[in-house]
Amino acid sequence: MSTTALYNDQGGAEAAVEAGQESTATSSGSGSAFGLFSTDFKKNEDLKEMLESNKESLKLEAMKRVVGLIAKGKNASELFPAVVKNVANKNIELKKLVYVYLVRYAEEQQDLALLSISTFQRALKDPNQFIRASALRVLSSIRVPIIVPIMMLAIKESAADMSPYVRKTSAHAIQKLYSLDPDQKEHLIEVIEKLLKDKSTLVAGSVVMSFEEVCPDRIDLIHKNYRKLCNLLVDVEEWGQVVIISMLTRYARTQFVSPWKEGSVFDENNEKAFYDSDSVEKEDETEAKTYIMDPDHRLLLRNTKPLLQSRNTAVVMSVAQLYWHLAPKHEVTIVTKSLVRLLRSHREVQYIVLQNIATMSIQRKGMFEPYMKSFYVRSTDATHIKTLKLEILTNLANEANISTILREFQTYVKSQDKAFAAATIQAIGRCATNISEVTDTCLNGLVLLLSNRDETVVAESVVVIKKLLQTQPTQHCEIIKHMAKLFDNISVPMARASILWLMGEYCERVPKIAPDVLRKMAKTFTVEEDIVKLQIVNLAAKLYLTNSKQTKLLTQYILNLGKYDQNYDIRDRTRFIRQLIVPSEKGGALNKYARRILLAPKPAPVLQSAFKDRDRYQLGTLSHSLNIKATGYQELSDWPAVAPDQSVRNVEVIEPVKEWAPLVGKAKKSKSADKFYSDDEEEKEEEGSDSSGNEESSSSSSSSSSSEESGSESEEESSESEKTSTDSGKSSSGSEKSSRESESGQKMKKKTKKVPQKKSKPAAAHSESDENGNGPVANASSSSAESSSGSETDSEDDSDSDSPTVPKKKSVVKSKPKVEGKSKKEVSLLDLDDFSPAATTNAPKSAVLSSSLMSDLEGLSLSNVSPDIQVTTPSFGPVTTYELLHHMTGKGLSAKYHFPRQPCLYQPSMVAVQVVLTNGSDHSLEEIHIGDRNPASLNIHCFNTIERLEPEASVMVSMGVDFSDSTQAANFQLCTKEDQFSVSIQPAVGELFMPSTMTEEDFCKEQGKLLGMNETSETITMATANTSSQSISKHVLSAANVGVVSSSQSNVHRFAGRTVSSGALVLVSLETKESSYALLTVNTEKSVMASMLLRDLKQALAQA
Amino acid sequence: MTIKVNSQLKPAAEMIHSLFLVNQSGDIFLEKHWKSVISRTVCDYFFEAKEKAVQPENVPPVLQTPHHYLITIYRDKLFFLSVVQTEISPLFVIEFLHRVADTFQDYFGECSESIIKDNVVTVYELLEEMLDNGFPLATESNVLKEMIRPPTILRSVVNTLTGSSNVGDTLPTGQLSNIPWRRAGVKYTNNEAYFDVIEEIDAIVDKSGTTVFAEIQGVIEASVKLTGMPDLTLSFMNPRLLDDMSFHPCVRFKRWEAERVLSFIPPDGNFTLMTYHVTSQNLVALPVYVKQNISFFETGSCGRLDITIGPKQTMGKTVEGLMVTVYMPKSVLSVNLTASQGNYTYDLTSKLLVWDIGKLNPQKLPNLRGGLTMQSGAPRPEENPALDINLKIQQLAISGVKVSRLDMYGEKYKPFKGVKYLTKAGKFQVRT
Repeated sequence: MSTTALYNDQGGAEAAVEAGQESTATSSGSGSAFGLFSTDFKKNEDLKEMLESNKESLKLEAMKRVVGLIAKGKNASELFPAVVKNVANKNIELKKLVYVYLVRYAEEQQDLALLSISTFQRALKDPNQFIRASALRVLSSIRVPIIVPIMMLAIKESAADMSPYVRKTSAHAIQKLYSLDPDQKEHLIEVIEKLLKDKSTLVAGSVVMSFEEVCPDRIDLIHKNYRKLCNLLVDVEEWGQVVIISMLTRYARTQFVSPWKEGSVFDENNEKAFYDSDSVEKEDETEAKTYIMDPDHRLLLRNTKPLLQSRNTAVVMSVAQLYWHLAPKHEVTIVTKSLVRLLRSHREVQYIVLQNIATMSIQRKGMFEPYMKSFYVRSTDATHIKTLKLEILTNLANEANISTILREFQTYVKSQDKAFAAATIQAIGRCATNISEVTDTCLNGLVLLLSNRDETVVAESVVVIKKLLQTQPTQHCEIIKHMAKLFDNISVPMARASILWLMGEYCERVPKIAPDVLRKMAKTFTVEEDIVKLQIVNLAAKLYLTNSKQTKLLTQYILNLGKYDQNYDIRDRTRFIRQLIVPSEKGGALNKYARRILLAPKPAPVLQSAFKDRDRYQLGTLSHSLNIKATGYQELSDWPAVAPDQSVRNVEVIEPVKEWAPLVGKAKKSKSADKFYSDDEEEKEEEGSDSSGNEESSSSSSSSSSSEESGSESEEESSESEKTSTDSGKSSSGSEKSSRESESGQKMKKKTKKVPQKKSKPAAAHSESDENGNGPVANASSSSAESSSGSETDSEDDSDSDSPTVPKKKSVVKSKPKVEGKSKKEVSLLDLDDFSPAATTNAPKSAVLSSSLMSDLEGLSLSNVSPDIQVTTPSFGPVTTYELLHHMTGKGLSAKYHFPRQPCLYQPSMVAVQVVLTNGSDHSLEEIHIGDRNPASLNIHCFNTIERLEPEASVMVSMGVDFSDSTQAANFQLCTKEDQFSVSIQPAVGELFMPSTMTEEDFCKEQGKLLGMNETSETITMATANTSSQSISKHVLSAANVGVVSSSQSNVHRFAGRTVSSGALVLVSLETKESSYALLTVNTEKSVMASMLLRDLKQALAQA
Repeated sequence: MTIKVNSQLKPAAEMIHSLFLVNQSGDIFLEKHWKSVISRTVCDYFFEAKEKAVQPENVPPVLQTPHHYLITIYRDKLFFLSVVQTEISPLFVIEFLHRVADTFQDYFGECSESIIKDNVVTVYELLEEMLDNGFPLATESNVLKEMIRPPTILRSVVNTLTGSSNVGDTLPTGQLSNIPWRRAGVKYTNNEAYFDVIEEIDAIVDKSGTTVFAEIQGVIEASVKLTGMPDLTLSFMNPRLLDDMSFHPCVRFKRWEAERVLSFIPPDGNFTLMTYHVTSQNLVALPVYVKQNISFFETGSCGRLDITIGPKQTMGKTVEGLMVTVYMPKSVLSVNLTASQGNYTYDLTSKLLVWDIGKLNPQKLPNLRGGLTMQSGAPRPEENPALDINLKIQQLAISGVKVSRLDMYGEKYKPFKGVKYLTKAGKFQVRT
């Protein structure tokens, strides 16, 4: 319209416009505003003229500049009279800008603002819904108390508007009016009540929002709308979903009884101790007997679950918190994967999600343990992200994964981000106190860090060591001595003070060194920092009490220095100490207690997570994030002991379909595919499981789906169970019309599931739980509606465990080839196996391994030199599980084992074995331990005796076995309190290796040394499917725990490893020839192992 | 009814109260209030935190002040600072702020201080429509575009001549329908639907070359320009590879759960159809290996660097766009290197060494080596710098995910269809 030049030349403004100078509207609007109008008051005069002119283009231009001023936070209020005149303008853009202005300044110019009201009142009757809605928006945004009655009227009218968009706007207006005049509350609640009944997805979110603001305590308004809200949820816009979910979370906590059964305390502990997700599943079984979930409670859980797949992170988070606060414990795990997914999102999202995971991971380690690696820190993460990840890793640390985590921590300690390095040291300290196995390792590592060049690192280490020594008051005088030696090089006051305190506290353990340190300190006393001085006085006093012969004079000297110190704290302390320890004529009363006062045993500091008590706040809230109760935070109530009347949620009346519903209602009958639009609508409805608008769809879909009772819910359930059954690969193709049939479907499913149980051991536990889960179905068959809800519960269970936790997948992968080998008939079972839950019992806890603690230690020393051939972690590989003890022979106790391919925690020469013990009997087993072994010389690191194993519970324990590089079975006895069972572990030769990394060059060099007797080779035939290099690696790695050596020739594959016990090098090379032949060569001095390995590899590669 | 003048307002619960846009140097260049005005002095608390954090990335996203809470995102060198007064889900605000930034990006092609200042009126109109009383009203891009048309040169000229405006006067059709993401009456002469399957490899490789962590994140970006109201079905050869996914709201979730096909009525234009995660159990094949040796000498304040990159598992495709970024320690003053291929730059202020290699030639592996000059007297750095790897492989989805077919229902014409695959390095870090 005009240009920058135009404004420079005020006089010629109009002329210039007339001339129709070319320029873009936007650039003129803002460019000029920013260029010129920021301060110049005179220009506003010009604006006034423009606004009052009768040229629309000029007015628009002026308004754009005014908005520019508002955006910059400049005051444009003196233009109010000129602007308000334009409120009735026809130009929609101008009108909107005037609205912006009005909303901004009406509060300041109330009288003038009233001039515009009539315009809005008129617009509220406009036939265009858009105009009506914006009029209401502005009218309600003008914060002029005098128009409250007008607003009230407008809101009431709009709440009954034809257009859902206008009704939505009125829901927003409710909140605005309420904040303007809280006295209107009662009237507004009436409107809210009315709008809550609205069936439009557009309105739902907004009205719940105003409910939350105006009357969050009026839970009774929700009862009748509860089911509708649950059912509409999927189709509500994403922001509304968040608000509704959080409201329903609160609602559910007041209306349903706790799904966490009383006995859960034990299970919690159990789980905490073993992180065995299976024990959770077990919990469910016992639970099913005693606790039956309210169908409405289940409805909420079921309908929110799909939202975990939302692209909106706030929605995912709110579903996660809903599950956390409402779902039975074992179902919460389904949110894990989605939360971990959010970590890919923006930094700020990561921050919030990590905070919530940190809180969750304290209570439920098992939930996140399989995803531990997602919390590994990258050097490019922001500091607060790093610290949170560290927090979570520390929370997840347990006996099985500690070595992996410590290895990771070694890298972090070296970080250039010193705040983070310091946090890592504290984390190591926490791991050390929590996991007694590694306390010494950590302590030694920390001691090595004392020689680090960075002061912060050293200081932090000293402080952490001090705490550790306090919690471990055993003989640690070596460490104290070491610290004393380092003392001269440490200059951080906190660290010096900590060392001095340690000296004093344990002065009797280092009787020679402590006085010497004191002597040194006496020399430097005057130049020390205050906290150090205090500790010097402290040390002097303690030494005086324990070793007065040597230190009497020194102490007196120090006390004298302290007496004249500049700091009065130190003078005070000195005076106090002197009175306390030096015997004098008067005031000697305390003297005899001096020793007991100063050398009293002190409670060890507790090292715990900063997120320990965050769970008092609802997850995902601002309060949780800040760890402070935010204004307006509403506590989640505790579960009621007895459920309130359930019937309040029943909706009997079937209202006629409202006028604006045609969008939804129309397309029901026409199914033809070419009519896409209607087709879509129908899809929409079915898929949304929209039995929602309870009335409508039950009538509509009766043609297609079910002959069940018209209760909206039961119908939905049947469609749901139908869904899951197709899902599980049975493709019963929606033939289930009656509930009876669907029940039989359940049975079939059960049957099919039993088969894989035999095939793949992992499935065993799960199928049991499945049977049990089906229990309610049978019991409740009296009414079809109920039974279907029961089956629903069951299918829900399925889909929960469906969310494949990492370990489970692995077992599935493993079991697959076996099944395939059996028969082609069971192909469908395979599918099922993939989708349906497999038990997570024998989940290998950490599939990716770490080197032994020895190397951890080595790493902590921060050496940059690495030996050229290292034993390293193997790449990802599947894990096979073997039976150790069948539950038939074991009188209910069953045991399975697998090789986690992880360096053994206990001794480097041992092979790590993880055993899963499951109690399949109906009574608890006690004192499970390892008894006699055969041969007696067999070196086994036993697991700690398990005091008690509840029925259906299972435990994972790790043990180490030294096989001495032979495949001879390790025989030993597995004992319970009453029985003894002989069992044996027979390792495949491939499990007796540790992978090692080397360059191709080194490989060839080493190979050259292992020729002749040490070389075994054979030409083998490979299955054609295996000829790609990837599948060769896969097969070799699955057969033997070796590492891949990168190869420059595409037809030669090399692998290297070392035997666990003797550390002999094992080199495997595979040269592929034409078609599917290949030359397989094994070089090692252990020739027996070589031939066995050759045989195994040959077999592995021949398999398809 | 009694008319009561109530000047003392109760601190009302509301959602997003105000928004301030702040540039990197700490100037507030735009403010918008959805309720009564909050003085911009509230930002002082934020500036304090910003000062303390040094790096803009390190500013905590949630801050508390005596009367307000500040929730901030940092994006494209701008801070979007929102003020809330009461309890709210912080992710709700964060997600919304990112949506605002996305909208700016979508409208103006970039999201920067100057472009926002240039389009301040449009920005204001957008913000006005996106939030009502602090609660999101319209965030769907095609709904917004019907109400406020994005600025184009042509349209401004037309508007100048005809006096029409950029603001629509009817309610966007999407606002009311069950499929708010698509507007009615779309017409194209060439009907086409293109899908890009893009996979990113996230990995951490430790200094011995072992993969500490590796996983694949995939995303399907779609560009659909189809007339009318098409209903598409996209199926995969191997849907079971996909482990965890999130969908555009248009995807029918039940259908996916039951049949593992993506069935949807697409939005018009470009959009993200789904993101997925490939199970980490499957061996993730890293396409390249990195051999590096970076060392700093105890004496003489210098160091040496030697990096070689070679192909590992590339499935016979060429690795392109190879780039290595090294975050040098602060004490490295300058570098003197020779690259056997490509160019390198070293930024003195950010201490970033970027080596742009380009295509990876398996016959002649690219190598970068030479000396590093350190600040004299500075202690030897504790930690060797981490390397970030960037690469691209065309026509390959490294996880093996493959689209098997795309069907269209509901419309009669035959659309052009196409699927492209691309593998990229995501957060691919090599520790040294």
